[in-house]
This record gives sequence, C-alpha cells and structure tokens, in this order.
Amino acid sequence: MNDEIIRLVNVTKEYDGVQVLDNINLYILRNEFITLLGPSGCGKTTTLRIIGGFESVTSGDVLFEGKRINDLPPYKRKVNTVFQQYALFPHMNVFENIAFGLRIKKMDDKTIQSKVRQVMELMNLAGFEKRNIDSLSGGQKQRVAIARAIVNEPDVLLLDEPLAALDLKLRKEMQIELKKIQQRLGITFVFVTHDQEEALTMSDTIVVMNQGRIQQIGTPIDIYNEPKNKFVADFIGESNILDGIMLRDYLVHFHGRDFECVDKGFAPEEPVDVVIRPEDLKVVPEQEGMLTGVVQSVIFKGVHYEMMIKSSEFLWMVHSTLMEEVGSTVGLTLRPNDIHIMKKVRQD
Amino acid sequence: MKKKLLTYPYLLWMIIFTIIPLFLVLYFSVVQTDQFGTRFTSEHLARVFEPIYLKVIFRSIALALVSTFFCLVIGYPMAMILASRELKKRDILVILFVLPMWMNFLARTYAWMTLLENNGIINQLLLTLGLPTLNILYTDKAVILGMVYNFLPFMVLPIYSVLRKIDRSLLEAAEDLGATPVSTFFKVIFPLSLPGVVSGIIMVFMPAVTTFVISRLLGGGHYMLIGNLIEQQFLATGNWGFGSALSLILMAFLLLTMGIMSRTDKDREGGRLW
Repeated sequence: MNDEIIRLVNVTKEYDGVQVLDNINLYILRNEFITLLGPSGCGKTTTLRIIGGFESVTSGDVLFEGKRINDLPPYKRKVNTVFQQYALFPHMNVFENIAFGLRIKKMDDKTIQSKVRQVMELMNLAGFEKRNIDSLSGGQKQRVAIARAIVNEPDVLLLDEPLAALDLKLRKEMQIELKKIQQRLGITFVFVTHDQEEALTMSDTIVVMNQGRIQQIGTPIDIYNEPKNKFVADFIGESNILDGIMLRDYLVHFHGRDFECVDKGFAPEEPVDVVIRPEDLKVVPEQEGMLTGVVQSVIFKGVHYEMMIKSSEFLWMVHSTLMEEVGSTVGLTLRPNDIHIMKKVRQD
Repeated sequence: MKKKLLTYPYLLWMIIFTIIPLFLVLYFSVVQTDQFGTRFTSEHLARVFEPIYLKVIFRSIALALVSTFFCLVIGYPMAMILASRELKKRDILVILFVLPMWMNFLARTYAWMTLLENNGIINQLLLTLGLPTLNILYTDKAVILGMVYNFLPFMVLPIYSVLRKIDRSLLEAAEDLGATPVSTFFKVIFPLSLPGVVSGIIMVFMPAVTTFVISRLLGGGHYMLIGNLIEQQFLATGNWGFGSALSLILMAFLLLTMGIMSRTDKDREGGRLW
C-alpha cells in the first residue's frame, strides 16, 4: 500500500453513449515501468489521458497517493506527459521548450540553466540549445519531448506511444535508453503502446487491454508464458490456438487426440482454448512425431525459420532454427508444459 | 513554356489596372501643366508637407490606429470564442458574423447615422431608460465607431483562422507542464496567433487610414481625413497633381508600415484566408 502511487477504481468512460472504458481497476506502484498494451481503440490512450487529467471519468475514481484527484486539472497534477506527436512549442527553441515547465514554476534563471543543461546532457542533446524545433529529426524531437517532461522531476511520467513515429532501429535504441533513464531517475513510467515486443522489452508490468477492458495484468514473463485468455495469447507473440475439451485434470483433447498437460481445475468435458507457442513445437522425423504434417511454406526470419505445417486441416505455425523442405512430411512433438489451457471467453 | 501563356491575361490585367495607374499617379504628382506647357515640378510633393496637410495626415493615422486598437481588443476575444472547440454550431455563428458584410457598405454606414442622430433610436432608448443622451454624431467618436464596426470582420477572420490551426496538443502540453489557462494563453496561444494578429492589423489599418466615406458621413463633412482630402483634389478642386502627390505619399507610408509588419508573418499564415 505504501508503494502504490496511482489507483484507478471502477473507472468507466463513455463518449456520446459509446463505452470506451469498462470498469477499469488498476494500481500503479512507485518506480515501476508499467505498460498499457492493446490494439488501437482498446482504451489505453484514454486511460493514460485520464491519469494525466485531460479526460474526465464517467464514473469511478482516480487516486494519487491515496487522494482522489478526479477534478484536479492537469496543471495541478504531479505527472508529466510525453505526447505521441511530441507537441513541442514551434515558437521556442530547444532550450526554451525544455525550460517551459521550470519557467512556469518561476524558478530563478541559474537553477533553470543548470537543470536544463543536466537533462540535455542526459538525453544526448547538448549543443542543441538554440536549435529550432522544425530543424530537428524525429528522434531528436522525441528526446526534446522527453527532456521537457523529466526536467520537472515528476513522480509519474506518462508516455503515449512515444516511439511510434520512429524507424525500427531508432525505436530499439530508444527502448533501451528509456528503460535506462527510468531506472536512473527512479520515477514511475506509464507507457502506452500497441507493440507487444516493445512492451515485453521494457516493462516491469504489462496491462493488456481490449475493448475497454483489462484482459490481464502481469510481468512480461507471466503474460507471455501464462496468457489468461485467447485474446492475450493471440496478441502477445505468435500463437497456435485450437479448440479443445478438458477431459479431466491434466488431460486435454484436441487435434483428434488426447494430450497430457499441466492444467487442472476445469469442469469435466469443459470446452477450452488451447494455445501453443510456435517455438514450443519441435520438428522431429515423421515416425517419432505426436502429430505429422506437410510443410506448406518456409519464411526466413533471421534467427529462425517460420514454417507453416498442415496437419489434418490445421495449419501449425512452427519456429525452428533448422529448415525443412517445402512439401516434406515431418513429425511434431510438444511437452505437457508447452500446452496452455484457457477458459473460453465470450467475445462480444 | 506553354504554361507561360496562361499568365498573359493576368499580366495584361495587372498592367492595365495596376501598373499604368500607378505610373499615372507618379506622373501627375511630379508634373505641372499651365499656359507654358508641361514640365517637371516638386511643388505638389512639397505641398504635402505643409503643416495644414501634415495635420490631416497625422489625424488620419491617429484615428486609424485607435480604430485598429479597438478592433484588436474586441476582435481577438471574438475570434477566440469562434475558434473554441467546445463551440457548437460554429458555422452558423461565423455566417451570422460575416452576414453584415454582404450588405452594402454605404447602407450600413447610413444606418449608423440614423442610429446615432440626436433623436435617433439610441437616444430614444437612453431617454426612456432615464439615462443621459449620447451626442457623438459628427465627432471623431462616431468616425471611430464607424470604422470599428465596418472593419471588425477583417480583424476577426485572420485571427480566427490562425487560432483554429493551433494544434490542441500544444495547449495540453502547456497545461501538462503546469501552465494555468491564463499562462497558456500568454505563453502559447497568443505568440502562435501573432501572424493572424499582424494580418488583421494590416487589413484594418489600411482601409481605416484611407477611408473617406465613413469620415464624410459620420464625421459630417467638416471632419477632414486624408481620404477626404484626396477625394476633394480630384473631384472638387480638380488639382490632380496635388491629389496624386498625396496618394503617393500615403502609399509610400503604407508600404513602409506593411513591410515592417509582415516581417513577423513569415509564413503569411494569416493572409491565406484572403
């Protein structure tokens, strides 16, 4: 309780009668890197804007250090935001953009100078003080936007898809850099993204959202290895998802045969979703396989090959470092703890 | 090269209606025609700087500045209201605002004469309310009122169009960084709207400094502005030379002020509406 900084309690949000957030309950710990992850329109940005104070809630409460802040305007909140399109002030140079928050606080010039320089150093922006915003590249604007926010030493930094506009290589660099900055400054980062890989790389905690609801909250490892439902499994990483029936504890039926598994606690004969990660399927010679199939396609992905293998009408996605010929018949095996069983959720 | 052909009609238009008249004004202002023939003279231009005429010029500029100031003070908040995101039925409001401009300029100014008359509607109303009457017709107050009324849309529209284009996320960013709505206005909104303000000022100041109809009708004829003076030279006294010289000096003055003002409007953002 002591470590909690923000809590959303039963938060719902409607726009013109359309529900965009449905009963969101979430707490954010001090100094954690938490990511709101989901497809576009899932409500992740709205959630962030509610924390920032740019949107009101239709019902529910927003708590900051235990105090209700529903009606507190953004300029009174101890959070700062890095906006998706950076929102840098075009009529100010880099230095003045970063100094904006400090000038508003009426700090003396000397303090402003030293604070801004320090942050510019941290963000690798030294020498850019007098530069015009229009003359900066996307990556540089990104750094200025982050510098402008963190110079205010907020308790919480909100980041709304800050890396979406950068190219892949720059994005990867910034991911690592942001994580480092977060650890060095020791402030809470609330990060919004639709990129599951980005979320897995950077976060301490991931909140997977869909259709205005939280689907799962957990560490990246939890979310990846133990997805709670079909949506999470499908959204985080690649998945083979099959319909199955739970025969009894530790035994599941799918793909025309029974498999041993590690899950229990389902009703007898309960229909379930079975999720198997492509890298958990092992390609073996035909006669040794639990299943057999014909290789339909092979795509080189760098570290591994992505193969589509057809076995009695189901197309398996398999990741392997060894390539099989297209058209060849191979066997597939999987271990009990590679089989993830999920309760069916009604998708409405 | 074919594209060049398309520009010829416009070129012709500009030569006939802009360049030739300009040269004629220049010509008349520096020549003198009498029984000895036509010769060059600096007499007309020198006469412009006689104290009696300088006084008229200064009065015109002063009145135009005051009118421009009032247009800005009234127009900016108006533009902000029109541009505000919360505003519903914005189009109707904008049309209502522009609608009077569709009426004849003279008719609108005559209407003010009737309103401002000693026994006019305004004074009747003030009398029934038991308030002191307003006797401003044929004073500079009435002239300023007429200018502000007639030229206000030229201030509001460029500011409105610049305000509409300001990215809302900039305002959110300012608020996020701790700026109250008031400091957001002074640190972000106003500086970003300056191009619109500059073109608004130009659009109002130019017609205000050259008007002769408003000063004649609401100023009552005996109230001389430079516009009236020029009109008089051409239509009443027939002194084309002096009239041209006055026009030339006025033009030079306007060019100079516009040049200075438009430096701040690098992108010509405010002017795009026109």
